[in-house]
Amino acid sequence: MDLNRRDLIQIGGKLLVLASVGATLGQITGAEEPSDAYNMADHWWGMLIDIDFCIGCGNCVRACSNENGVPKGYFRTWVERYEVEENQLPRVDSPDGAMEGFPPSRRSDLKRFFVPKLCNHCVDSPCVQVCPVGATFVSPDGVVLVDETYCLGCRYCVQACPYGCRYLHPKKETVDKCTLCYHRITQGLTTACCENCPTGARQLVDFKNPQDPVHEFLRKHKVQVLKPYMATEAKVYYSDLDGSVR
Amino acid sequence: MILGVDGFMYPNEVELQWSILIVLYPYITGLVAGAFILASLERVFKVEAVRPTYRLALLTALAFLLVAPLPLQLHLGHPERSFEMYLTPHTSSAMAMFGFVYLWYLTVVLLLEIWLEWRADIVRLSETTSGLQRVIYKALTLGSTNVSPTARIVDDKVGYAVTVIGIPSAFLLHGYVGFIFGSIKANPWWSTPLMPIVFLFSAMVSGIAAVLLLYAVTTSMRGKKIDMQCLDTIAKYLFYTFIIDFTLEMLDLIHRTYESDESFRSLDFMVHTRLWGSQVILQIVLGTLVPLGLLVAVNHSAITEKKRCVMYLTACSLTLIGIFAMRWNVVIGGQLFSKSFLGYTSYKMDFVTREGLLPAVALMLLPFVIFVVLVKLLPPWTEEVAHGATRTGA
Repeated sequence: MDLNRRDLIQIGGKLLVLASVGATLGQITGAEEPSDAYNMADHWWGMLIDIDFCIGCGNCVRACSNENGVPKGYFRTWVERYEVEENQLPRVDSPDGAMEGFPPSRRSDLKRFFVPKLCNHCVDSPCVQVCPVGATFVSPDGVVLVDETYCLGCRYCVQACPYGCRYLHPKKETVDKCTLCYHRITQGLTTACCENCPTGARQLVDFKNPQDPVHEFLRKHKVQVLKPYMATEAKVYYSDLDGSVR
Repeated sequence: MILGVDGFMYPNEVELQWSILIVLYPYITGLVAGAFILASLERVFKVEAVRPTYRLALLTALAFLLVAPLPLQLHLGHPERSFEMYLTPHTSSAMAMFGFVYLWYLTVVLLLEIWLEWRADIVRLSETTSGLQRVIYKALTLGSTNVSPTARIVDDKVGYAVTVIGIPSAFLLHGYVGFIFGSIKANPWWSTPLMPIVFLFSAMVSGIAAVLLLYAVTTSMRGKKIDMQCLDTIAKYLFYTFIIDFTLEMLDLIHRTYESDESFRSLDFMVHTRLWGSQVILQIVLGTLVPLGLLVAVNHSAITEKKRCVMYLTACSLTLIGIFAMRWNVVIGGQLFSKSFLGYTSYKMDFVTREGLLPAVALMLLPFVIFVVLVKLLPPWTEEVAHGATRTGA
């Protein structure tokens, strides 16, 4: 079938009119639009962190701070530098949460690596358990959130978190923490920290998505969570995590 | 390098979340529970020798119980939302139950027992006073003016039942406060099943010591003679509970030392440095061993009554300091080390701020002000109560 430019314009015009009529009819009759809206039941969020890829640049910390308006001196995410000498306690630092990266190390003969930290979005969250009013909760898609309009600011959850991920927001006087950039991931975006990681050391993962590369990764790599003895079912997995990491 | 920090703390851990106000919370509730349990000795267990302190103990318990929620309220970021704990309590939270335990203890146990105990006095005062006092006492009778012997027997029976319910309630109140700390698995300094029972016995110790002190001081201020048999008996119970309390605390210490789990190095370092003064010197030596020594020494035959009294007062004062130090070491000590076990922070106490020293001092003085008001309103001195107004069953 040969179509010239005139025919194309005519067909296009007719389709446009039909689409407009259809949309108007749909609105009048109340018929539902085909939806790509976010469905919480379809997701189960977590994160994968590859220690070997982290270079301690602090991009993630800055990105998180900018994206979420994190108050100065508090951290939704931070990076720790471990320097481990044989049979010694590890030496750890995280100057200003690694907001500006790290100063050069004074020794070059030590095992050295960086460990990004954030809320582990535990399935059995101690913080959720202890909140006296249920202001902190696990969302149906597996993200631990705080309802700041409901939080009393008692800070029992801060005490209960084994990972030091919570703080009292100095202005709001409610507890604040990593939301896994919930406002972004529900729009189909990744987290600010993952987006700004130059080496891909941090990967947002959706355990309910069969296409997510995390499944392949978990099959082929040895991974660990922080403080597994706490039995919190943390959902932030670390690849190549050293035994010295606390 | 952050000022006051040694080693590595997770960045959000540097600032302490629970201040001196949270130290006051278990201290005050402990005094309530201890004072009530002392009162129950006379009422339920018929220890007649401590009778002069029965009413005083009840008023002490009430004065402190009325203040108990205030440190928590002051501490909250949003105190205006605290009522949500009653409306939408999160049932898995140990803290959510505080409001209910508190209300139960205040209304069902303490207020009811005090009302029943003083009802005859209130009725008498509503008839013998005038003006505003009369109105207040009339209101306090709650319309129940029958003080016939039969009615008093009913009062006594109900009062006895309330006290019987009150004993486990007092155990619940303070054991529960211990559970709030003991159930935090993230914090090895707190996380021990012994915590509720240690809190309970230390509560009894502090409550008994406080009532003994209050009895001796108020009796002296009124120019009356101190009943030494009463003092001796209370001191005996103080000694017994103190021994149990100290044994439990030492058991915890020995257990931790012997087990030496991954937190031990960190906790041991803390006890030898940041907590040395408040734990070893104040809590264990001055606050426990010296009072225990004094309570043993009073039994020496050469000690006169006056000296004995001074020794009791010294022992009780030191005991109260020691138990306060214990609360401090639990609450503040539990936040001085990192959950990474690699560093230590410091507690910088403010002075005039909402969670500073000044409000804390004011909150500790407030129960004494309330106590004075309560004593004026409901005179506890049994020797001044008209014949027939005292309990019939005793």
